[in-house]
Amino acid sequence: MHELAVTESVLRIALDAAEKNDAARVTDIYLTIGRLSSIVDDSVQFYWDHISKETICAGATLHFNRPPAVLHCLDCGQDYAMEDFLEPCPNCGSVNIRVISGEELQVDHIDIQRKEEQ
Amino acid sequence: MTKSVEIVQNILDSNDRIAAGNKEIFNAHQIFAINMMASPGAGKTSFILRTIEKLPKGIRLGVIEGDTAPVTIDSDKVVAAGMPAVQINTGGNCHLDAVMLEQGIKALPLEDLDLVIVENVGNLICPAAFKLGTHINILVASIPEGDDKPYKYPAIYRGVDVLIINKIDLLPYIDFRMDYFKAGVEMLNPDLRTFVVSCKTGEGMDAWVSWLAAQVNAVKNK
Ligand SMILES: Nc1nc2c(ncn2[C@@H]2O[C@H](COP(=O)(O)OP(=O)(O)O)[C@@H](O)[C@H]2O)c(=O)[nH]1
Ligand SMILES: [Mg+2]
Ligand SMILES: [Zn+2]
Repeated sequence: MHELAVTESVLRIALDAAEKNDAARVTDIYLTIGRLSSIVDDSVQFYWDHISKETICAGATLHFNRPPAVLHCLDCGQDYAMEDFLEPCPNCGSVNIRVISGEELQVDHIDIQRKEEQ
Repeated sequence: MTKSVEIVQNILDSNDRIAAGNKEIFNAHQIFAINMMASPGAGKTSFILRTIEKLPKGIRLGVIEGDTAPVTIDSDKVVAAGMPAVQINTGGNCHLDAVMLEQGIKALPLEDLDLVIVENVGNLICPAAFKLGTHINILVASIPEGDDKPYKYPAIYRGVDVLIINKIDLLPYIDFRMDYFKAGVEMLNPDLRTFVVSCKTGEGMDAWVSWLAAQVNAVKNK
C-alpha cells in the first residue's frame, strides 16, 4: 500500500513544478517506474484520481513508462530482461550477473497549460 | 497549447532528504543505526532480544519498533530485556518512512546510546522503497518462508547490506533448498554479507554480534 505515499509525492512534485511555471492546469504527467521498484501502476492511478481532485492536477493523465529490469551476465556477456520473476542467465545459466537497470522511480516531465493561455 | 516542463526527479526525493537528516542526527551522537526488515514472523523481535543478550556490556542499544497497530508487545519485550524502546504506530501504513523515524529518534535517549535498531513493519515489499537514514539495512529471512523469496521479492534483496537467515533449527523439517535460495540472493546482491542463525538455539549469533560490535565501535571511536 505504499502506492499512496508514492502518489502523494508525485502530486507534490507536479504541483511544485506547475507553480514555478505559472500553470493554470496540469494535463499530463510522465513517470518512469522500473519493474524492480515494486509499484503497481493501477493503484497509483486509483489514488491519483482521488487525491488530485481539488488541485490544478485534477483530471491529468498519468503515463507510465515501465522498463523491465535489465540484467547483465558477467560470464557470457549476455544482457537480458527480467519481467516478473528473477531468472539466471538464459544463455549460459550463470547466476554471476549484475542488475543494470529497472529500479527507476521518477517523474520525467509534465505537460501544463499556462495561465495567460486560458 | 500545452507546454512540456522537464522535471526528472526521484519520486521519493523528499523522504530521502529527511532520511539524510536522520543520519546526521545518528552521526552527531556517534550512534550506529540499523533498519531491520522482514516479513511478519521472520523473527525480527527474537533476533533483537538475542542480540541484546550477547552484546558486550559497554554497548548501549535503543530500539524503535514500527507497527501497523497500536500494540506495544514488541517494545515491551525489549524494555523487559533492559533496553530503551519506543513504539511508532504507523496508523495502518505498511512501512516506516523517514518522517516517522525522525519522531522515533527524538523519543530515544540518544546521549546514552551507541546503537539503534529499527524494527520495520513486517512486509517484504513496501519498506524497501523508503530510506530511513540508518547506516545499514538488514533483512531477516527465515526458513519456513520458503526458498523462492529472492525470486519473488527481488527489490528488498537489492537494497540490503546484511542478510540474516533465521530459524535454521527448522531445516530438517522443511524443504528449503539453501543453494537455490543463495543463488537468487547472489544474482540480486553479489557477495552480500550473510549470517545464518537460529534465535531458538542461539546458533550463529556470536559471529553476528562480533561483527556488529566492530561496526558500533568504529562509529563510537570516530
Ligand atoms: N524454531 C524457531 N522459531 C523462531 C526462531 N526465531 C523466532 N522464532 C519464532 O517465530 C515467531 C515469530 O517471531 P518474532 O520474533 O515475533 O517475529 P517478528 O514478527 O519478525 O518480530 C515466534 O513464535 C518465535 O518464537 C528460530 O530461530 N527458530
Ligand atoms: Mg516483531
Ligand atoms: Zn551468461
